[in-house]
Amino acid sequence: MSASLQLDNVTIQFGGLRAVGDLSFRINPGELIGLIGPNGAGKTTVFNLITGVYHPTAGSIKFNDLSIPGHKPHQITRLGIARTFQNIRLFPSMSVFDNVRTAMVMHQLHGITHALTRGPAYHDEEALIEKEILDLLDIFKLRDVAHVPCKSLSYGDQRRLEIIRALATKPKLLLLDEPAAGMNPTEKEELMHLIRFIRDKFDIAVLLVEHDMKVVMGICQRIVVIEYGIKIAEGTPDEIQNNPKVIEAYLGVEAEES
Amino acid sequence: MNYKSQIALVAALAISLGVSLVSGSIDDYFLDILLNAGINIILAVSLNLVNGHTGQFSLGHAAFMGVGAYGASIVTLEMGGSLMRIFGSGAFGTGILFLIALLVGGLCAAICGWAVGVPSLRLRGDYLAIVTLGFNEIIRVVLQNTSGDGPFGGALGLKGIEQYTNFFWVFGIAAIAIYVISALVNSTYGRGFLAVRDDEIAGESMGVNTVRYKVIAFVTGAFFAGLAGGLYAHLRSTISPEGFNFLKSVDVVVMVILGGMGSTVGVIVAAIVLTVLNETLRDFEQYRMIVFSLLLIVMMIVRPQGLLPESMFQRRKKA
Repeated sequence: MSASLQLDNVTIQFGGLRAVGDLSFRINPGELIGLIGPNGAGKTTVFNLITGVYHPTAGSIKFNDLSIPGHKPHQITRLGIARTFQNIRLFPSMSVFDNVRTAMVMHQLHGITHALTRGPAYHDEEALIEKEILDLLDIFKLRDVAHVPCKSLSYGDQRRLEIIRALATKPKLLLLDEPAAGMNPTEKEELMHLIRFIRDKFDIAVLLVEHDMKVVMGICQRIVVIEYGIKIAEGTPDEIQNNPKVIEAYLGVEAEES
Repeated sequence: MNYKSQIALVAALAISLGVSLVSGSIDDYFLDILLNAGINIILAVSLNLVNGHTGQFSLGHAAFMGVGAYGASIVTLEMGGSLMRIFGSGAFGTGILFLIALLVGGLCAAICGWAVGVPSLRLRGDYLAIVTLGFNEIIRVVLQNTSGDGPFGGALGLKGIEQYTNFFWVFGIAAIAIYVISALVNSTYGRGFLAVRDDEIAGESMGVNTVRYKVIAFVTGAFFAGLAGGLYAHLRSTISPEGFNFLKSVDVVVMVILGGMGSTVGVIVAAIVLTVLNETLRDFEQYRMIVFSLLLIVMMIVRPQGLLPESMFQRRKKA
C-alpha cells in the first residue's frame, strides 16, 4: 500500500520572499520522517506544497513518479496523500461518525444517481461504509462516541479524530502538522504510540512536522531540518542531535533555555 | 424498511392527487393560501440546499423563480395550442402541456444557475451574495426592457396565462423537491455539501471536490426555484418583472433563516408560517420589510440555528 514521495530542488517564492529554497528530500514507503525547524522556517509551506495548496516556483514534487504540482488538493488526496492541520479543522456541525464519513465520499463507487434513487446498491454501499467507519473508530477506541457531536470531544480526542478522518481516505502517505501541539505529557506519550501504531497497522509512510523534540526524536527514523526554507541537515535522530548546525539553529537555543 | 423514503414520496404524491380531486369543495381563499404556501415551501427548501446545507449565501433565488415563470408561461402561451393538438385538450393533454412547460422553466433556471454559478462560486461569502444579488437585478431589468409586443411582454409582463396550477402540481412538486434534497443531503454523498459549509479547506483535503458540490447545489436549487416560478405563473395568471425582484429573494432567505439553515423540517414550517402571516397581516404590509429586517438581525444574533429545537431533527442514534 505504501508509496514514495520525492522532492527535488523545490522552491517557492512569494513576491520577494523565498519561503522554501532548493529543498530536496525523499520519503520511502513505510518510513516515518520528521520535518523540523524554528518558527517560520517554512514547514507548513512544505505541507501546502505537497498537498497542492501552493504550486512550487521551481523544482519537482513526485509521488510514485507522478508529478504533484498542477493537481488540485482533492485530487492529491485521491492519489493517496492525506493530511491533518496545525489548528484542528474538523467539521464542527457534524458528529464524530459523519466527520469520518466525509472522507469516505471519495471512495464511493456510486455517486449522485444512487443517492437519489436509493436502490438496493445504495443501501448496500451505505451499510458497507458504516461498517468501515465503525471498525476504524473501534481501532482508535472512539466507537462509543461515534454519534456525539465532534465539538464535545476532548482536545486530545479531536486531534485523534482528525488523524482517523485522514486515515479514512486510505492514504499511502500521511502528513501530520504539529499533532502534539497543546497536548499534555501523557497525551504526547499516547500520541507517539498512536503514530507508530498507525505506521505499522496501516503500512503507510508518515511525514511529521513537530516542535516537540521529545516526540520527534522518539519516533522518527529520519529527520529533515530546515531553516529559512533551506535544508540544513538530514539524518537519524542521533546525527541530528549532534549536528553543530542544527544545534546552532535550533536545539542550541533550547539548550540555553533549559 | 429500505424503501421508506420512496414510499413516503409516493404517498405524498397520491395524497396531493387525492386532495386536488376534491379541491373544488375547499374554500377558494383558503386554497389560494395553501397553494402559495406550497410554492413557498419549494422555494425555501431549494434555497436551503444552497444557503443552509452548502453554506453559500445566495440572494438571487427570485431571479431563478422568474426565469422559470417566464419560461413556463411562454411555453403555454406560445405553444399551448399546437401541443394540445398533439396530446388533446382534455385533462391528460393539459397535464402533459403543463409538465413540459414546468420542465422547460426549470431547465432554463437550472441553465442560468449553472451560468452564474460556475464563475461566481469560486467567490466566498459576501462576494457570492453580491454576485447573485446583481444577477437578480439583471434578470429583472432585462425583462423590464424587452419589447411590450414580444414574447416577454416588457415591463407589464405576461397576462392571460392559463390557471393550470392546482393542489396536485404544487404539493407533488414540493414532495419531489423535499425528497430530492433530503436524499442528496442525507447520504454519504451528501456529506460533501456539509463539508463545504463547515470547512472548505478541510473538505478539499478529504478528497471532496468542493467546486463541483457547490455547482450541483446551485443548479439543483435553481431548477426547483424555476419549477416554483412556473407554478406561480400558472396560479396568478399574470406575471411581471417586478414580482421577481430582490425583495422576493429576501422573503425566501427569511424563511430559510427562520427555519434554521440546513433543517428541512424547520424551513418547511417557516415557509408555511410566513405565508400565513403575510396574508393575515396584509394591513401592515408597508412595515413588512422593516419587521423582516429586524427579525433577520435578531435571529442571526440570538438563534442562528433556527426557531425549532435542534433535537427534533437529529439523526436517529445507532447503538
